[in-house]
Amino acid sequence: MNLWLIPFFPFAGFVLNGLLGKRLSKSIVSLIAVGSVAASFAFVLAVLGKVYPLNVPFSDHYFTWIQSGSLSIGCDFVIDRLTAVMLLVITGVGLLIHIYSIGYMAHEEGYSRFFTFLNLFMFFMLVLVLAANLLLMFVGWEGVGLCSYLLVSFYFKEKFAADAGNKAFIVNRVGDFGFSLAIFLTFILFGTLDFGHISSTVAGMPVETSAHMLTAITLLLFVGAAGKSAQFPLYVWLPDAMAGPTPVSALIHAATMVTAGVYMVARLSFLYDHAPLAMHVVALVGLFTAIFAATIGLVQNDIKKVFAYSTVSQLGYMFLGLGVGAYSAGIFHLMTHAFFKALLFLGAGSVIHGLAGEQDLRHMGGLRKAMPITFITLGIASLAICGFPGFSGFFSKDAILSAVYERSPWMFWVGAFTAGLTAFYVFRAFFLAFFGKYRGHHHPHESPLDMTVPLSVLALLSLVGGFLSVPTWLSGIYPLGEERTFPMVVSALFGILGICIAAWFYLIRPSMAESMKASAGPVYTLLENKYYVDELYTETIVKPVIGVSRSLLWRGVDEGFIDTGLVTGIARVVRGWGSLFRQWQSGSIRNYATWILAGSLLVIFVLGLFGDAR
Amino acid sequence: MGHIPLSWYLILSAILFGTGIAGFVYRKSVITVFMSIELMLNAVNLSFVAFSYQLQRIDGHIYSFFVMVVAAAEAAVGLAIILTVFKNRGTLQIDEVDSMKL
Repeated sequence: MNLWLIPFFPFAGFVLNGLLGKRLSKSIVSLIAVGSVAASFAFVLAVLGKVYPLNVPFSDHYFTWIQSGSLSIGCDFVIDRLTAVMLLVITGVGLLIHIYSIGYMAHEEGYSRFFTFLNLFMFFMLVLVLAANLLLMFVGWEGVGLCSYLLVSFYFKEKFAADAGNKAFIVNRVGDFGFSLAIFLTFILFGTLDFGHISSTVAGMPVETSAHMLTAITLLLFVGAAGKSAQFPLYVWLPDAMAGPTPVSALIHAATMVTAGVYMVARLSFLYDHAPLAMHVVALVGLFTAIFAATIGLVQNDIKKVFAYSTVSQLGYMFLGLGVGAYSAGIFHLMTHAFFKALLFLGAGSVIHGLAGEQDLRHMGGLRKAMPITFITLGIASLAICGFPGFSGFFSKDAILSAVYERSPWMFWVGAFTAGLTAFYVFRAFFLAFFGKYRGHHHPHESPLDMTVPLSVLALLSLVGGFLSVPTWLSGIYPLGEERTFPMVVSALFGILGICIAAWFYLIRPSMAESMKASAGPVYTLLENKYYVDELYTETIVKPVIGVSRSLLWRGVDEGFIDTGLVTGIARVVRGWGSLFRQWQSGSIRNYATWILAGSLLVIFVLGLFGDAR
Repeated sequence: MGHIPLSWYLILSAILFGTGIAGFVYRKSVITVFMSIELMLNAVNLSFVAFSYQLQRIDGHIYSFFVMVVAAAEAAVGLAIILTVFKNRGTLQIDEVDSMKL
């Protein structure tokens, strides 16, 4: 079936653009980059057409990667219905964002570098979802982390961008540490890392009622997922990651990479099903992250920051769905979120592009006449994320909330309230940007065709994406949940209420927002400073680490032990012995000759005494 | 050659070798020292060949050929060194070429 061709195309694009990109013209660079992703997308379609309806997973074995003792890890790709959804989302949305980037990056420095990294990202992301064992998945997992780092710090001449890249990378180390521990534990428990084998072994094991091995594995895996998918308390890197170019925010930090944690939990659902405690933790963390990030999003003034916190919040939703056992609902929301959040970011990018780099909502306003296509598409995306009936977000959010309602009503009410908050802050940004009077200085203009076409396609997907019923498609893997009317109506009402309040505050009575801000003084300050979590981390983790590194590791170990002890110490000892032996080296040839003679005589003498050759 | 006993060859070889050592250690000119080394090599060659004849075996001949090849190579390298030393220092007195120390 040649599944390897799917990631191969972007990899080829990466190699070509990486090696020759600087010498090629911009149009050829973009042709290679976009063409490779388009080829990958077409090949995914061809493969899916061939294996449809994919009732049994289809796997490809290429070679044995690691063979040592009982450890045997193959380079295997597997494709089942879950992978199919992920492949379509990644290559489809990825293709649109690549096309969009041609227009967005047109005037930027490092054009070929951008597309090189973007193609490399596509390669690793496809490896991640195609992998048939944990270790190969980890390869993709780390690879996308690397690309995220490279692209967040794309404008590396700016200190904040370089810092944001470091932050993303370092915070993800924490998660990846948990992930690798989970891999070790999995191998200890199962003796294999292959998904198929683990799933058949675990099927015969009892469900753990108290915390035990499987709970440990799943919790550690969730630490990894929380790092990559920006869940509390490891979410701090994602808002900062907005320092990268906007297409990167759309592709990596909204649609694909940050959902890798969701995919991983869904892929290993057979483990989570046996660890109810871990499931509960996943649900609670997801719920808390959802409402926590949503409240921060209420007061952000940077349009990309608003959407970044919204992403964190929506990812929380997905984990909430996974945590209550509605895996297919989580994946459904992953897909619709990929559509409308990519659209939100690309729309924001279009606004930023049209305003020559302005990101502050306070300097926008009234843009609906200047950029009508961006206005309409962003409006559709906003309605979709609010769960407005008929739009894609409505169906997926409803699938999650129905399942939550069945499990625990209080979680449902918190989730529904979060939906209201989501609607409020998204429309706050929307109204601030497109209505009222223009408050900026640049002359706004609509974006070129290569940016508006992807916007329109994504808008279409955000409209109708909800009718592609992922839970039905995945019903062979995950049992279908029951559709309920009550949670559906409640969450939709909360969404509409949020929109209405935002309209009241920012359209009808603009002065209301200011007076609210004044009356909610301390709360507003707390939210504006993001609950001081970054400051807390700085004080409790960053500063101690820097202090210990500076005094103990740098001055003590490095300078004290390694430099003076080992490096110069060894040199001193060698020099000391050398000055002793140097006495022999008189430099006089005659002296040497005498030594040679004496040496030969000694050898002959010793041989004569002790040797066999008498 | 049968009437000349082996010991005579060995004595001659030893005398030549001793001469070589003496020249190697006591002479002052680099060229003479160099010639002394050749002398030692050839003294050894002589004893090889003598033994080879005495024992009626070919090994000694082969070894002496090896020694000749090495001696030829050594002569080429050695003379090149001597030429360079003379060019750089203007002397071939062995006691004056003693700067190979710190």
